[in-house]
Amino acid sequence: MEDRVKQQARETAAGASVPHESAVLHVAGEATYVDDIAELAATCYIALGLSQQAHANITSIDLDAVKAAPSVVTVITAADIPGNNDCGPIIADDPILADGLVQYLGQPIFAVVATSQTAARKAVGLAEIEYEVLPAVLDVATGKDQESWVLPPMCLRRGDAEQALQAADHKLKGQISVGGQEQFYLEGQISYVAPKEDGCLHLWCSTQHPTEMQQVVAHALDIDFNQVVVEMRRMGGGFGGKESQSAIFACIASVAAYRLQRPVKLRLDRDDDMMVTGKRHGFEFDYEVGFDETGLIQGARIEMAAQAGFSADLTGPVVTRAVCHFDNAYYLGDVAIDAYSVKTNTQSNTAFRGFGGPQGALAIEYIIDDIARTLGKDPQQVRKLNFYGKEDRNTTPYGQTVEDNVIHELITEIEESSAYCARREAVAAFNRDNPVLRKGLALTPVKFGISFNVVHFNQAGALVHIYTDGSVLVNHGGTEMGQGLHTKVSQVVALELGIDIEQVRATANDTSKVANTSATAASTGSDLNGKAAQDAARQIRNRLAGFFAAQFEVAVAEVTFADNLVSCGDKQIGFKELVVQAYENRVQLWSDGFYKTPGLNWDRDAMQGSPFYYFAYGAAVAEVVVDTLTGEFKLLQADILHDAGNSINPAIDIGQIEGAFIQGMGWLTSEELRWNEQGRLTTHAPSTYKIPTITDCPAKFTTRLYQNLNVKDAILRSKAVGEPPLLLPFSVFFAIRDAIASLADNRINPPLHAPATPEAILDAIDALHAEAK
Amino acid sequence: MSDSLRFMLDGELIELDRVEPTRTVLQFLREDLLRVGSKEGCAEGDCGACTVVIAELVGDVLEYRAVNACIQFLPTLDGKALFTVESLKAADGSLHPVQQSMVDYHGSQCGFCTPGFIMSMFALYKNNPAPTRAEIDDALSGNLCRCTGYRPIIEACMHMYDYPAPQASDAQLLEQLRGLQRQQGMSLELEQARYYAPSTVDELASLYQQNPHARILAGGTDVGLWVTKQLRELPLIIYLGNVAQLKQISRRDGAIEIGAAVTLNDAFDEIAGQYPELAEMCRRFASVPVRNAGTLVGNVANGSPIGDSMPALMVLDTRVKLRQGSTVREMALADLYLDYMKNALQAGEFIEAIEIPAREEAILLRCYKLSKRFDQDISAVCMAVAMRLDGDRVADIRIALGGMAAIPKRAALAEACLRGETWDETAVRNAMQQLEQDFAPLSDMRASASYRGRAAGNLLYRFFLETRPQQPLGAQAVNVFAVTG
Repeated sequence: MEDRVKQQARETAAGASVPHESAVLHVAGEATYVDDIAELAATCYIALGLSQQAHANITSIDLDAVKAAPSVVTVITAADIPGNNDCGPIIADDPILADGLVQYLGQPIFAVVATSQTAARKAVGLAEIEYEVLPAVLDVATGKDQESWVLPPMCLRRGDAEQALQAADHKLKGQISVGGQEQFYLEGQISYVAPKEDGCLHLWCSTQHPTEMQQVVAHALDIDFNQVVVEMRRMGGGFGGKESQSAIFACIASVAAYRLQRPVKLRLDRDDDMMVTGKRHGFEFDYEVGFDETGLIQGARIEMAAQAGFSADLTGPVVTRAVCHFDNAYYLGDVAIDAYSVKTNTQSNTAFRGFGGPQGALAIEYIIDDIARTLGKDPQQVRKLNFYGKEDRNTTPYGQTVEDNVIHELITEIEESSAYCARREAVAAFNRDNPVLRKGLALTPVKFGISFNVVHFNQAGALVHIYTDGSVLVNHGGTEMGQGLHTKVSQVVALELGIDIEQVRATANDTSKVANTSATAASTGSDLNGKAAQDAARQIRNRLAGFFAAQFEVAVAEVTFADNLVSCGDKQIGFKELVVQAYENRVQLWSDGFYKTPGLNWDRDAMQGSPFYYFAYGAAVAEVVVDTLTGEFKLLQADILHDAGNSINPAIDIGQIEGAFIQGMGWLTSEELRWNEQGRLTTHAPSTYKIPTITDCPAKFTTRLYQNLNVKDAILRSKAVGEPPLLLPFSVFFAIRDAIASLADNRINPPLHAPATPEAILDAIDALHAEAK
Repeated sequence: MSDSLRFMLDGELIELDRVEPTRTVLQFLREDLLRVGSKEGCAEGDCGACTVVIAELVGDVLEYRAVNACIQFLPTLDGKALFTVESLKAADGSLHPVQQSMVDYHGSQCGFCTPGFIMSMFALYKNNPAPTRAEIDDALSGNLCRCTGYRPIIEACMHMYDYPAPQASDAQLLEQLRGLQRQQGMSLELEQARYYAPSTVDELASLYQQNPHARILAGGTDVGLWVTKQLRELPLIIYLGNVAQLKQISRRDGAIEIGAAVTLNDAFDEIAGQYPELAEMCRRFASVPVRNAGTLVGNVANGSPIGDSMPALMVLDTRVKLRQGSTVREMALADLYLDYMKNALQAGEFIEAIEIPAREEAILLRCYKLSKRFDQDISAVCMAVAMRLDGDRVADIRIALGGMAAIPKRAALAEACLRGETWDETAVRNAMQQLEQDFAPLSDMRASASYRGRAAGNLLYRFFLETRPQQPLGAQAVNVFAVTG
């Protein structure tokens, strides 16, 4: 085993499971995160004063005691921001510091800057703030009733859903509730800012979007973009939580550093991090579906209400993606979708792996589950019946043709490999014999669209340098948050140049190297930046090939790069040697590279177009056991088959799939966000907010990659793998529902809400018993 | 007169004067030594990113224990050896087996939790040459990873023994630690803060009597948070960890006496040995690093309504031994708790030990914990029941619950309605109704009052199913965590 791993590590070609480029640094404690950077002399530290009301006018602020506290250097309020007091990514409704009005409990009002972090935190408590309390909207239902929106409602229509419902043999109505989710990146939000000469700033910021941080900081300070450099080597996790919401901290730290002309660090205490920042959007769904005797869907109408929180942030694109994933892998006939971005006086919800897609897709899976039970069928049959066709029934509600459908083959394969049918019978047998414990089984599919829904974000740049010792440095617009992006990009460059991966070093994202980058988000990191880096490497390779061809008088097209050698027939030279000669002959040994995803279009108003370059597919089978007395459950077995195309790095891809599975399972089971009547988030630390731990990883856990080539010319014909597998643990949720339904002979649909905590499960059981009476 | 703090780190003696008593080990590492491998993820001992290993002299051997550096006060390291993630590489720069295994099995993604995992794995490597999956889970139950889903980490743990063992001997460190052991107490005195670590119970009792406002510190798994989260000042601390007598577990005619400085893990090993029915509660109590630092008596003294040890201890008729100056008195554990976070301790009085009586013959005992997560979660409801049957009649029954009231509390009405009754469906249904009268639970982020009420009743029913005279059900039929296939 050891030898195999080491041998793979020596291989250069993509497709090898080389370890994460920082693995050795990680295990040695030598990987540098922002808080680990050796501090500059005179560094100051910030703690934030947060609103204690969900919605209120601030009638007075007395910060005298704060300013007089030991070690305090200054206190920053909205009035101290020289430029725009806004850090919203799309719409200008996100104050950096509250100015007169607070809109959620936890909103930053002031920032204490002190010579120690503890002193800053202690001083925060000395502020005297008086509020005039205003009515607060704390839940989606109330906000929807009051038509309280952060953005106008969205609407998608295909055909005439009303008429299809009228005409359908069977109709079903229902409600579905799914909670939000805290990203819980292990490294909290942090920005460290050093002032530079001539009004410039250097930021080390844990962010998925350095370019946006550069822009919002420049706006806040009213300076040019070229005065701000943002550098990001690695994050200790992001998951979407550091896409837009690193901005507020970057801005506050920058305002302080700019004003004091001293280095300033803003590292949040975990509780403050969770109180201030937004989470995955919780959704409430109201649906009606029409179907025939067999379970074939003829039309569906759904209202989706997302908890946006107090501002728009990324809610627009999140809700758009929810709308565009309501179909998941199914052809739905006539469809009417209305989607609401509900304004509530809570944290402004934001990106989280899947970005609305999981919520939208969960709704259709729930509906199909309901249809199956209504007709007395195994949900699996109804799922298969409704899958997109290959030649017909293959247009999504938003008008894109599904050209790469492999869901039928993939499902057939996993049904077999997981012994689904035999286990379905075994589960039924277990349930016949067990009054207290019940088992449940579910197989759920995934189809997930890849690309940013905003066409122009689908671009990337890279720089590749070859030095005269043959070592290579690659810099690109993506950020490393653990997903292995730098490893994959390095593999692409090594493959292109025919050299060992050890020769290639990926470096920190830096806005002064590659400009105008997109967020590392929407699972597009490798697709975009891999292609851009390949383009850069290819240009240098072409120059080297040309030089080689001239030297050896061979045809350029026949020059090959492999095994650290450049060859043509019997002519051969070491890569390093060639590089030295090329340099001496004044061949440019560095290049930029650029990529834009082809063929995308999207009409935002009509909600029609082809927003996705391709789709990624997958499926999972989960088996659970549920305690019908307490609502506790345990995942006994999970089998996954997932389509990563021609995987660049199977170990990394499997790591993404398994990690997303467990993370998504947390969202749907143990991770519960609760706010009290005052709007205070009461689950704001790991003591009260429970992400999965090691025992939650099932004893039987099999993950395999589906053998497939991307039909589109994505990087090395691979497929994006960051977000799609987050939908795989739907299987866990529906297995729990299956177990509960067994108590009423699978005739009644258990009203199970997500997250399926023991309490939610027991509630569903009690409701089922009540209905069965 | 202030002593200097002395401990070993990577073979070097660290000797510090003027240590702020509440400075955490993590602050010291990151801010003073610039050893930034250990990370802060939560500053409350709940994520494990800061995990370090402490080696302590126990008799003639070294005990290696993983603890959370974020809530461990620096002075508590006195006389011990500290290992951090930076300590593990060999002199030639090669990785330790636990590190190499994590690389080879792809156990890190973002890497931020990794140093903490490495240190928990290092402690496991030192303590267990062939762990099962369940033992791996236990050892790593205090480490959160948000990226991997844990499967590759489990695999790395399984395979870390495949690599050549590092050339290391404890002999030198043993010798060094012997040289650091104090014959007398230790004190640190600053202008604003004092810290005393007495070495005898008498010294402790007298110190506390003279300074009844002092904060007694044992494991610090709660007091640590007062500092890191509530930013409280603790001007005077008396630390129990150097009192050898309080670190004793003694057995007398089957009774177990557990001293105030015995860690939860050591105490639970003993208790679960005698009461295997409590093993799951012991396993699910916090995590290994918390149980390595925290003490059982600390949990009892804290008296939190959600402390998991108390319901079981109460139904076992545990007694507490209180000490004030030279005065010693005893009382039943159940009488210690007066109201929310209020107890019967007088000024300057502390719990010296608890005594669990010898196992009653034919006792039927269970302890059930309900929470959102199996590992390291705070109970919504924790119920312990101890019952003796006389034929099919309930000769005696004790039921205690946590999470249901302002204090851990016996279910007096439910107990009363069962005593002397035939142990059957009717009786248990009646008792479930009485249980609703016994408690008026609160709704909070862990569960609603309604859930707590229903679940508590159902747990009593589970106990009935497991202990009924006819066709009792095994754990596999009532406990999802006992189901394997």
